[in-house]
Amino acid sequence: MKLYDYILSPSCYRVRLMAAFAGVKPELVPVDFHPGAEHRGAALRALNPRGTIPILTDGDLVLTESTAMLAYIAAGWAPDWLGDDTPAMRARVTEGLAFAQRLTESAGAARAHDMLLAPGDIGALRRAATAALRELEAALSEGRRRGEAFLAGPRPTIADLACFPHVALAPDGGLPLDAYPSIRLWMRAIRALPGFVEMPGIHRLHELMPEPGPMPQEIRRDSTEAGA
Amino acid sequence: MTKDVTRDQWYPVALARQVTPAGRESLLLGEKIRIFADAGGFPAVTDGHGRALPVLIRFNHVWTTLGTPAKDLFTIPDAEAPGRRLVDVGVVRVRCSPLRAVENFLDIAHFPFVHTDILGSEPHTEVERYEVAIREDVDEVWATKVQFYQPQAAKSAAGGITTEYEYRVPHPTCSVLYKTCPPRPGEWDVICLFVQPLTETLCDVWPWMALYDDVSSLTEMIHFQQMIFLQDRSILENQIPPLLPLDPGMEIPTRADLTSVAYRRWLKRLGYSYGAQLVAA
Repeated sequence: MKLYDYILSPSCYRVRLMAAFAGVKPELVPVDFHPGAEHRGAALRALNPRGTIPILTDGDLVLTESTAMLAYIAAGWAPDWLGDDTPAMRARVTEGLAFAQRLTESAGAARAHDMLLAPGDIGALRRAATAALRELEAALSEGRRRGEAFLAGPRPTIADLACFPHVALAPDGGLPLDAYPSIRLWMRAIRALPGFVEMPGIHRLHELMPEPGPMPQEIRRDSTEAGA
Repeated sequence: MTKDVTRDQWYPVALARQVTPAGRESLLLGEKIRIFADAGGFPAVTDGHGRALPVLIRFNHVWTTLGTPAKDLFTIPDAEAPGRRLVDVGVVRVRCSPLRAVENFLDIAHFPFVHTDILGSEPHTEVERYEVAIREDVDEVWATKVQFYQPQAAKSAAGGITTEYEYRVPHPTCSVLYKTCPPRPGEWDVICLFVQPLTETLCDVWPWMALYDDVSSLTEMIHFQQMIFLQDRSILENQIPPLLPLDPGMEIPTRADLTSVAYRRWLKRLGYSYGAQLVAA
């Protein structure tokens, strides 16, 4: 399995993250997206005429939609992540995948504008992204009241991975996440999953330092004497 | 013409090979500029009134100035040695003071926490004593004998090594880092940060490298450097106060911050206050 990859791309990161959770190790082929625009060059257009990355190949299979790559890896190596328990859960997963596209077109485009000088109407992009983030906050908050920490149900699915990168990187595009407590708890739940991998701008959870134990006897005695 | 230490500097504004006839608008010190290729295909820069600005091509970048620089732009003799691969990393925009971007580049202590398992790792967090000087003959800040344990110092490094660094600040918004070159002991890798001040709190950063690495592809080297820099970006955008304080105040430096202290002192002596604040924070 080969993943044509860019380290700063949230859509590529979705696939790297799914692969990490599924224990799959695709061969990563770095693409000079910025500044080289290699994804629009002839060689990669031969694989993906649309000129986008990521591209995933496995034998004869060529995938150019990152959400399809999530489905492929999950179906093959980690079927729990498909979220097929009930008709409702499956439908929520499909909604989540479609919703992720809105995030790519709004928060993702705002980030590319602010960070890599990509063209775009930044005001309109941020408004669209804010509307999407508010919807996500409402949906996650409702889920939490049902006792469900993730987008489609009580456990993570490919819908969470599709949405997570653009949400977590929204501040890169001038969209702070301070106003969305349910989103922040949801992101923390994803970062806490075993096997989580980071990308630049999305940090791992640093282990909390253990509670300081009782003071060593000598120090306590010294300070008592000093205070006396 | 009156001397103006901020305007009388050369600043990076583009990658030379990316300049097109259609051109691109940008900002320099809050003023509109336009970068384009002229009829002969050479990079040209004009200011907001269409006046042609001086242009210099160096380190694969286009440099310009709004004033009249008293001296030539600095050089990096090591970068010109044959066999080095020149890596145009490309622009990254950051909502921070240009001086904060340079200062972060000079800091070692954050490696284990921000570049975890790459440029540093816990518990190897101690910054050993190193030497810092403002070299009067060249008017540059230099930090030498900097040593740090790094799990993956470069794309070309296999496993952890103790890396040696030298930092050089030859320009208020540019820094050059010389570090142990994993495949060629005895040589230095050269890693630069060229910062274009758009405003006092917004900058375009142009990282650039001249490395010995016969194994990694150019794209892999670009990705390595972009990964490192993008780990810093969100932190740079959240530093308070946004302007770099040049006077000692609420920010208490430690021994590990000697380079930053010298950099701030040097800026103050130079009278370079764009992106800085002079009253105590």
